[in-house]
Amino acid sequence: MNFMGLVNALPGAVAQGMIWGIMAIGVFITFKVLDLADLTVDGSMVTGMATCAMMMAAGYNVWISMICAFIAGLLAGLITGIFHTFMGIPAILAGILTQLILWSVNLKIMGKANQALPARTFPVLITQLRKYEALIYLAIICVVLIIALYWFFGTKFGSSVRATGCNSTMARAQGINTDFRIVFGLMLSNGIVAFSGALLAQYSGKADINDGRGAIVIGLAAVIIGEAFISKLPSNFIVHLLAVIVGGIVYYIVYQTVIFLGLDADLLKMLSALVVAIFLAVPYLKKKYFTRTKVLNKEAK
Amino acid sequence: MLEIKNVTKIFNAGTVNEKVALDDVSLTLNDGDFVTVIGGNGAGKSTLQNIVAGTYFPDYGEILINGKKVTRMAEYKRAKYIGRVFQDPRIGTATDMWIEENMSLALSRGKRRGLGWSISAKDRKLFKEMLATLDLGLEDRLSTKVGLLSGGQRQAITLLMASMNHPELLLLDEHTAALDPKTAAKVLEITDEVVSKDNLTTLMITHNMADAIRLGNRLIMMHEGKIILDIDGEEKKNLTVPDLLQMFANVSGSKLENDRMLLANK
Repeated sequence: MNFMGLVNALPGAVAQGMIWGIMAIGVFITFKVLDLADLTVDGSMVTGMATCAMMMAAGYNVWISMICAFIAGLLAGLITGIFHTFMGIPAILAGILTQLILWSVNLKIMGKANQALPARTFPVLITQLRKYEALIYLAIICVVLIIALYWFFGTKFGSSVRATGCNSTMARAQGINTDFRIVFGLMLSNGIVAFSGALLAQYSGKADINDGRGAIVIGLAAVIIGEAFISKLPSNFIVHLLAVIVGGIVYYIVYQTVIFLGLDADLLKMLSALVVAIFLAVPYLKKKYFTRTKVLNKEAK
Repeated sequence: MLEIKNVTKIFNAGTVNEKVALDDVSLTLNDGDFVTVIGGNGAGKSTLQNIVAGTYFPDYGEILINGKKVTRMAEYKRAKYIGRVFQDPRIGTATDMWIEENMSLALSRGKRRGLGWSISAKDRKLFKEMLATLDLGLEDRLSTKVGLLSGGQRQAITLLMASMNHPELLLLDEHTAALDPKTAAKVLEITDEVVSKDNLTTLMITHNMADAIRLGNRLIMMHEGKIILDIDGEEKKNLTVPDLLQMFANVSGSKLENDRMLLANK
């Protein structure tokens, strides 16, 4: 164990962090913009990985494979959206149901529990074998994604999606079909998540049915860490998106560091979940335990 | 123009909590009518507005706007005919969004929301002019989050938003009830200006009898899901609060025991 080992692991951590940051942007769209907790992502992440891996294994171009992964994610979001709006199932439950559906779907896509995608055999865009190249590609993808989303949420349609998440009664009173906006948001979110899955499958050289487990927690962690970084900055949509990517990177650097420090890797998921639980509880705890009723009786002294 | 024909709405039908919120109500508003609605708690005032807006669908009856049947038209579709201001100042606006973003959302009411940039320089100029008429200094704060504004400021903005694109109908649901008296008076003054400027057909619920008498050209009183008084023209102009209380006692056969309504007139 030496310090240089950690430094050498840094580019890999940043690359993985960016992939999870892209995934977290999907989570950001549902959790922050639409104000919904969507658990579909644990499944749609793997759907993206599986779709990309199988298509590339079948000889398709890497970009076409990634686009198809994105479309598969859109469809996953559509299922959750229909469950939630058309069938009136609470969002969390709708996401869990879709997640379970996707478990079967993902197995059927791959035909087995995992699919190898070795970078030496397939023309992948990014791979952990060429970390610096991967970093450049990922950085470009992040920038393009952030600009595209910033533009989209600034359009008339995009701002109606934001209004739906912010205040659905007001949105309907302004003539916005909120159900449609929710379905759309869930689709876009899961499309991005599946796209990040496609990147992860290439980077790690495999797709595994278990890879998505706990993805929602990592996504939330990235969103929350990102928010902590920008709490002092003026709130601008593009800053929020950028913060989510930074959150993903910080999460992975911390992850690598605690592994480097010798923490049992089996405990990592538990620790991630606890960290997220604590951060989610902060607003509530602040209100309940850290406010005081001040006594204004000056004569008491 | 709004026509409500024999509308009945029953909540929790068939249970011990059954409540007939609207009982065979018929009401026709003519173009340019400014109708104030008063009545005690549970009289059916808000249900009436929500049925017109499409928040609920009636169990019986029909609703027509400009001769077009909208009885079971979705709330968001109907919104192109209707501007609304709610009692709770937090409901009428998207608090996490800027003033100009909120106004732009309202400006697109009833129009296609495409992929064009949401706010043009022309829109911004229009918003500034509209905000300037409020005289609340909001015209220089277009990129302030609405959540940072006071209740009165939000209601004033919601009023502007509701009146954009000349709606067929303006629904005001006790929109000054959550405000302090001074702010409420200011918002009412703005209401009167907005309504008379565009000659908007308006249905305004209030718990303040004096306001109900002073504003609008027609006054209706509701009690237990029915319209028990409908006064307009000269008769309304000469109305006083004691008259109204007496009329209520005569028509309903009971005394108006609603502290909120009575206290509001002190």
